Amino acid sequence: MLAKRIIPCLDVDHGRVKKGVNFVNLTDVGDPVEIAAAYEKQGADELVFLDITATNEKRKAIVDTIEQVASQVFMPLTVGGGIHTIDDMQRLLKAGADKVAVNSAAVNDPNLITAGAEKFGAQCIVLAIDTKWDPATNRYVVYTNGGRKATDLDAIKWAQEGVAKGAGELLVTSMDKDGTKSGFDLKLYQALGNAVSVPIIASGGCGRLQHFTDVFEETNVDAALAASVFHFGELTISDVKQELRANGVTVR
Amino acid sequence: MIVIIDYDTGNTRNLKKALDYLHIENTLSADPAVIQQADGVVLPGVGAFGKAMDALRERRLVTVIQQVAAQGTPMLGICLGMQLLFERGFEFGENTGLGLIPGNVVAIPDNLGVKVPHMGWDLNTMTQDDPIAAGFNQESTYFVHSFYAKTAPENILATCDYGVTLPSIVRRDNVIGMQFHPEKSGQIGLNGLRAFKEVIDNANYSSN
Repeated sequence: MLAKRIIPCLDVDHGRVKKGVNFVNLTDVGDPVEIAAAYEKQGADELVFLDITATNEKRKAIVDTIEQVASQVFMPLTVGGGIHTIDDMQRLLKAGADKVAVNSAAVNDPNLITAGAEKFGAQCIVLAIDTKWDPATNRYVVYTNGGRKATDLDAIKWAQEGVAKGAGELLVTSMDKDGTKSGFDLKLYQALGNAVSVPIIASGGCGRLQHFTDVFEETNVDAALAASVFHFGELTISDVKQELRANGVTVR
Repeated sequence: MIVIIDYDTGNTRNLKKALDYLHIENTLSADPAVIQQADGVVLPGVGAFGKAMDALRERRLVTVIQQVAAQGTPMLGICLGMQLLFERGFEFGENTGLGLIPGNVVAIPDNLGVKVPHMGWDLNTMTQDDPIAAGFNQESTYFVHSFYAKTAPENILATCDYGVTLPSIVRRDNVIGMQFHPEKSGQIGLNGLRAFKEVIDNANYSSN
């Protein structure tokens, strides 16, 4: 049986792993290769690198970073952040990424998903969605530009459209839960799980071991992503897996 | 020297990185003369069966791959590269494969309550005792595929249970295939590449 995946997310800026709270007070956490290797030792199933470099001309740093990590760490690597073109995807995949995640650029031009899937295969193209519940309209609304800009898209419908366009996997972040450490947005992932049949990565809200068990028991997501709880050493991946195993969830 | 067949497929460079990391001498090449001389051949592959066979044909590589396999050179097909070792593939219509192992490559049924593609870490069970499979028994490796090989049990070394029992490692004499990505399966996967190197070393030893 397929194991549920635990995925640490690394924010990378100019070739260094950074960590801040809500993208402010960024502090240097360290070298991506060393951090990736440490997560591999802990039993991470996959790594997501988010390029948070603000300026376009510095973006090639992420290609070098992926090149270095892929030479030392042998597990699936996904890269997101600032991917706007097929060329951007090609450079990262050539450097050693296995998947690329598109977010704002896919909202602006959904055909980017199709073009990527046709060239590299659907399994390479992850559609990242940032979403927030809107009580006024009773739906999950999609946000772009790092969560700063609301769109008129319904997240569940956008997920379905993205899959129809060729996305092989969804990485869905609940902005309501992100940073709260109050648990994953179970309602969101239940709705998504009923709407699409591709693998879903849940992101946002985990603070305790129980939250991982909850998301895998209450929804059919395939993976859970977390950043700060792992970076700040509040939880280790081995703790999470031990807890999941004890609760009957299949992990590696 | 291991030759990784270079035909513009996704995982070529990551395979090279893994072999470099293990200090196993290797080179990327699409030159039939270089492939002829190889001690071992790795056939990577990501994407669709028909397109990959077209890419091999365009580069005039089909015959040379069949020749080196026939002359006993150890060969390792990975992911789609493993599927190409079989006689036929049924992805986007019927396509002829390399025909080095009897069998067909068919879709994983999508009515079994499992998600397709089969993507993620899954458990291998060894079905025949073999040095290539030994390190993978009851270990998880990273899979990404929507099709699987249907072949006789004698060609299967390990399987994975995903609604259907699908072969994760196949072998017919010197021709070996791994459905998962050893280059993306941590230390367990790297050990599989080391095991392939040992097959090559043993083949060289017995022919000298």
